[in-house]
Amino acid sequence: MISFIENLNFSWSILPALLNGTIVTLELTFFSLLLGFAIGLPLGIGQVYGNKFISKVISFYERVVRSIPLLVILMLVFYGLPSVGLNLPAFLAAVIGIGVRSSAYQSQIFRGAIQSIKSGQLLAARSVGMTRFQAIRDITIPQALRRSIPPWTNEFTIVLKDTPLAYALGVVELLREGRYIIYSTFKPMVVFITAALIYFVLTRAGNSLLDYVNERLKIPGYETGRGMR
Amino acid sequence: MGGINLSFFSFAWDILPSLLDGLRVTLVLTAVGIVIGTILGTFLALGKIYGNKPLSWFCRSYIEIFRGTPLLVQLFILYYGLPAWGLRLSPQMAAIIGLGLNSGAYSAEYLRGAIQSIGTGQMTAARSMGLTKSKSIFYVILPQAFRLVIPSWSNELIYLLKYTSLAYIINAPELMGHAKIIGAETFRYFEVFAVVAIIYLIVVVCLTGILDYLEKLMKIPGFETH
Repeated sequence: MISFIENLNFSWSILPALLNGTIVTLELTFFSLLLGFAIGLPLGIGQVYGNKFISKVISFYERVVRSIPLLVILMLVFYGLPSVGLNLPAFLAAVIGIGVRSSAYQSQIFRGAIQSIKSGQLLAARSVGMTRFQAIRDITIPQALRRSIPPWTNEFTIVLKDTPLAYALGVVELLREGRYIIYSTFKPMVVFITAALIYFVLTRAGNSLLDYVNERLKIPGYETGRGMR
Repeated sequence: MGGINLSFFSFAWDILPSLLDGLRVTLVLTAVGIVIGTILGTFLALGKIYGNKPLSWFCRSYIEIFRGTPLLVQLFILYYGLPAWGLRLSPQMAAIIGLGLNSGAYSAEYLRGAIQSIGTGQMTAARSMGLTKSKSIFYVILPQAFRLVIPSWSNELIYLLKYTSLAYIINAPELMGHAKIIGAETFRYFEVFAVVAIIYLIVVVCLTGILDYLEKLMKIPGFETH
């Protein structure tokens, strides 16, 4: 019992240092998701509305990126690119790696959401005089984006839980901050469990937040369900 | 240009045996991980759905915790954390246990979805024919659920294969580990990891093909699984 309280006290004392790492973890998550969105949305749109060639190329990109483990992508970006003359700082390399990987998954999410919007919407928009581009931009996409929130919540969780892979590149995020604390305290179990707890809280908090957003932005009468992994 | 290509291919050919050595470890990690995960996941799913309150709560918590925290942190707890409690695991052992425990949580959720998609009428019918609850689960519900879960299970297997690469971070000598060593010796990181990426790509494509075939073979006629 006493040792449990000791551990609790210790856990509390390392919290400020771990929270420093947590901020980096959140930054990694945010920028990776943003990059994934910036690449994934156009890809998703291109796959639905592009010509055959474009959608073939995009689906090839998706398949390749999704088949390679994230760690390999990170290694290619961080250790591989310098040999072709491109040196990136570890944080940026991690964001690019995680972001590119996420873009393949996000483009699938957006493609699915766009395809789930009935084609009558596009026809109706065209018939009131909108151009095809306007109809896609102002009618289809806004609805599709709202529909993609539940699967996107899932993607957020995956990206958040994959940010510790940046550890392998030396980014001082939550997990590496934990390793540093262990070097001076020799209490790996307490430190890693505390770190796990922080990740758990972040996952839950992020999910609740996005569920709330989904609830607020829900299209009345449309049912959406969340996937699993 | 031709020179560069030639040098890449001969380099790739030279490092292939060592990488395939690593691939073998990767495949073993994947295979053992999925077996542990599937068995564990089955018990967790059954416990969550059919268990009494404490058991169901335990299974639910297990699933939530393992799905809510990063795999790498779980591996670190097993590999760097457990020695503090006097239990020292080899990197491979830690990786296998970690991947299995983690995959169990995901498998459980997939199987739970499959079990719950089977109409409750099946259970009622089985019970009304005189089967006990556990026999109904074993002979009626589970055989159907296993067939329904194949598509998600295939996904899980592919995920697991890709995530075995994390074992490299705790020093397990799998594909990535071998690649990193070759990279450090030759300083040709880009080429080494490109070859590694291609190897993973080939394995994933082959595995996906096999699993798709298996899925078709095991489909319950009249049930839509996608």
